[in-house]
Amino acid sequence: MSDKFVGTPIKATTHVNQNEDLIFEKSSSGKKGYRLAQLDVPAVDAASLLGNTVRTDDLGAMPELSEIEIIRHFTRLSTWNYAIDLGMYPLGSCTMKYNPRINEAVARLEGLAEAHPYQPESLSQGALGIMKLLSDCLIEITGMDTITLQPAAGAHGEFTGILLARAYHQSQGNPRKKVLIPDSAHGTNPATAAVCGYQVANLKSNAQGMVDLAELERMVDGDVAALMLTNPSTIGVFESDIHKIADILHAKGALLYMDGANMNALCGKTRPGDFGADVMHLNLHKTFSTPHGGGGPGSGPVACKKILEPFLPTPVVKTNPDGSLGLDYNRPQSVGRVRAWYGNFGMFIRALAYILANGPDGLRQTTEDAVLNANYIRAKLEGTFELPYKSPSLHEVVFSDKLQAKNGVKTGDMGKRLIDYGFHAYTVSFPLVVNGAMMIEPTESESREELDLLIDALKQIAREAEENPELVQNAPHSTRLQRLDETTAARKPILRWKAPVASTQLTPDTAAKEW
Amino acid sequence: MRYLPKSPADRTEMLEAIGVSSIEDLFETIPAEYRLTRDLDIPRQHSESEVLDRFRAFAGNIASGEFNQLVQQPASKPYASFLGAGAYRHYRPVIIDSLVQRGEFLTSYTPYQPEIAQGTLQAMFEFQTMICELTGMEIANASMYDGSTGAAEAVMMAVRVTGRNGAVVARTVHPEYREVLHTATQHQGIPATEVGYVAETGRVDLTALDAAITDDTACVLIQSPNFFGTIEDVATIAEIAHKKGALLIVSIAEAVSLGIVKAPVEADIVSLEAQSFGVAVGFGGPYCGVIACKEKFLRQMPGRLVGETKDKNGKRGFVLTLSTREQHIRREKATSNICTNQALVALMTTIFLTVYGKQGLRELAEQNLAKAAYLRSALVAAGATTKFDGAPRFHEFVLASTESAEQLNAKLLDKQIIGGLALAKWYPELGENATLWCATELTTKAQIDTAATAL
Repeated sequence: MSDKFVGTPIKATTHVNQNEDLIFEKSSSGKKGYRLAQLDVPAVDAASLLGNTVRTDDLGAMPELSEIEIIRHFTRLSTWNYAIDLGMYPLGSCTMKYNPRINEAVARLEGLAEAHPYQPESLSQGALGIMKLLSDCLIEITGMDTITLQPAAGAHGEFTGILLARAYHQSQGNPRKKVLIPDSAHGTNPATAAVCGYQVANLKSNAQGMVDLAELERMVDGDVAALMLTNPSTIGVFESDIHKIADILHAKGALLYMDGANMNALCGKTRPGDFGADVMHLNLHKTFSTPHGGGGPGSGPVACKKILEPFLPTPVVKTNPDGSLGLDYNRPQSVGRVRAWYGNFGMFIRALAYILANGPDGLRQTTEDAVLNANYIRAKLEGTFELPYKSPSLHEVVFSDKLQAKNGVKTGDMGKRLIDYGFHAYTVSFPLVVNGAMMIEPTESESREELDLLIDALKQIAREAEENPELVQNAPHSTRLQRLDETTAARKPILRWKAPVASTQLTPDTAAKEW
Repeated sequence: MRYLPKSPADRTEMLEAIGVSSIEDLFETIPAEYRLTRDLDIPRQHSESEVLDRFRAFAGNIASGEFNQLVQQPASKPYASFLGAGAYRHYRPVIIDSLVQRGEFLTSYTPYQPEIAQGTLQAMFEFQTMICELTGMEIANASMYDGSTGAAEAVMMAVRVTGRNGAVVARTVHPEYREVLHTATQHQGIPATEVGYVAETGRVDLTALDAAITDDTACVLIQSPNFFGTIEDVATIAEIAHKKGALLIVSIAEAVSLGIVKAPVEADIVSLEAQSFGVAVGFGGPYCGVIACKEKFLRQMPGRLVGETKDKNGKRGFVLTLSTREQHIRREKATSNICTNQALVALMTTIFLTVYGKQGLRELAEQNLAKAAYLRSALVAAGATTKFDGAPRFHEFVLASTESAEQLNAKLLDKQIIGGLALAKWYPELGENATLWCATELTTKAQIDTAATAL
């Protein structure tokens, strides 16, 4: 490796781009980045119209800058981010695939971007048409009978899906008490069960990291509302006994909820509705290429079987007798609304654009390439890193840091070191069933050349862990900032900027709190 | 497929490297009976130009009212719209989209690796600061899905903070927000009591409010400006709530109002829908919720928080912090199940707020006030009357027309005007003639005059 990767910390650079202040620190009184249109109606006196509800303060620290300064500020900030557009982002379970730019272009078409959610249905046929076509495509892809697009993100979809299960059981006379969740599940699953009013029953995985059928059989009783199962699991392995799992649940009247976070392994190759899932959410920001945007917006449609249809959130898109589309609000058994209006419509546009760009052949090839990439990485790195579960991988592979930990190098260190090689870290320390997990999901968007670079980088890091553990433990070395003090951030939280006259120190009482 | 960076030879060689003979071998863990052996029945693969054409047709249909989605036609003359009701059309400075479409913002993940996510993190810290400045609260989170789910989360938060178990909700809170709240609270065993409004003012009925709060009321939820556009007497409501040990949550659906309407500083929690700050109306989403509150409630705050810290060389930097509140650490004991939020939309609002800044936000709000005042006087001059004239309002008001909302809006639609929102569905007591009208800085005098003439 070149000299730039040696372990001595680089000095704080003096380059202006690397030392951009907070926007408030760049503000000067009297500067403007706007000009309002000339007022074509009589001006009003706010104080006399609003009386004692008028705002009398001067909006305190709100910044004042010109347009060029605003452009430079946010452009400079952007250069401090890693992004899919810059290189591979192998975050397991996050499906960081290419975000096609045509999606952005069509989402900004005026007739779509400026449509008001309350405009008459007769003027909303295009928007409803997008929702209908996307719904039809997702129903076909999942093998389900019906769908709601309303949930705003994956966790919100989980909430909606479990509410559907609850309403279904309620209609059978008893909402039941428990939701079963495997120990390998995402944290959103147990949090969701709790906010839906269920107790969480933890289902231990078997030696292969999969659902233990005997344990499941033992745990499922008349109190269990559903099992929340991620398939393929968070170790990237398909639950081959999925139909038996579904049978065990169904025999006791419980439902199979599938967390669709890993749908990028299945799309066009198999359908959850065919293998026994009753209800599932999709993450449009994972499988269907809508951008993650630094943490949202997402979109979490929930597809389900016919038995759950009466309970879908209101409204649902309907086809009128004359062939036009409308919204059906008259749904007496509905769980109710989970969000105002119809969901993250802008994400529906992008997801549909992705589906159209792919077609059936493209979606299948996408899934095959995603699985091919993960297995290629697995084949090339097995031995360099310990593979805790040998079951065949689909779209992601989970190694552990066992071999490196004996030199004191942990998964988090190697993830940080990967940054020095030009990649984002893989997912660190998840799933919890693997000690020191290194969870790698390449997605289909990586060329063989890019995969080989990642493989070389990880092999080199494994060598460094043997020869110079401190180099890895102190990584990253090439970034503008080095490791950040997260402990102090949590113990003495500074959550907003304050003008220098007002000290940023918190009161001793707050500062002393442990979190 | 044009997004896939593999040659046929790459695929063959990679299969060889893995040691399998065909791609199907990698799917053998999926039982054969569940493997799809046919094409999915979805539209065929489209070229980029075909995708664009298809969505242009959808977009044209919205403007034209034609429901045959397969017929492409040019967008006809745009409609003038007087709709608001929680989704507001304001001007979006061009630089918002220039900046948020930078791949470094658009295609990055949640900033879990702070060394290579300082751009997103610093912008979020700036967002949190601006939200505090505008709402008068001490801390703000990095966003919620939207105003409706944010208000529901704020109620859950108040329940955790107070250890009490009920909510008193004003009927003047957006009806869809209240529906979302009902969906969320019913399975938590949190009773929600609704309190009506005074017929003359459209403001919360303070006597009824006082009577509705019990020893087990965790919070009072109001909206200001409320669904009718009326500004509530926040200070007095806070006094009533606090006297009985309940928290006050103020939901704000029209964020631009904060430029000219007094910040709800007496509130304990503010749930803001920031869509008005540079986010397209977009048929209802994505928008940008955010919760702000007093610092002492920090521990019960849902969602992500960005905090300032230093790197090991002492340089200032930012990290996601206090994550022990969140689902990926706390699992079923988390403050919420929220994970992905609205980061890119929050960035849009941050840029919008920077463009307008301290002076512009006030001027913008004043223009909205002026347009709505003119709209109201024009419609009244045309023979309609307005309700709730006894209290100040921002840029929306309830109109009582001489004919039913349905007849009125049908007549206006013929003139390419989308009139006010019919209210009888949620407020039957207001009658079939009541509509909610909104004017923003984008509403022109000509549009208003045309609407008044058509009335």
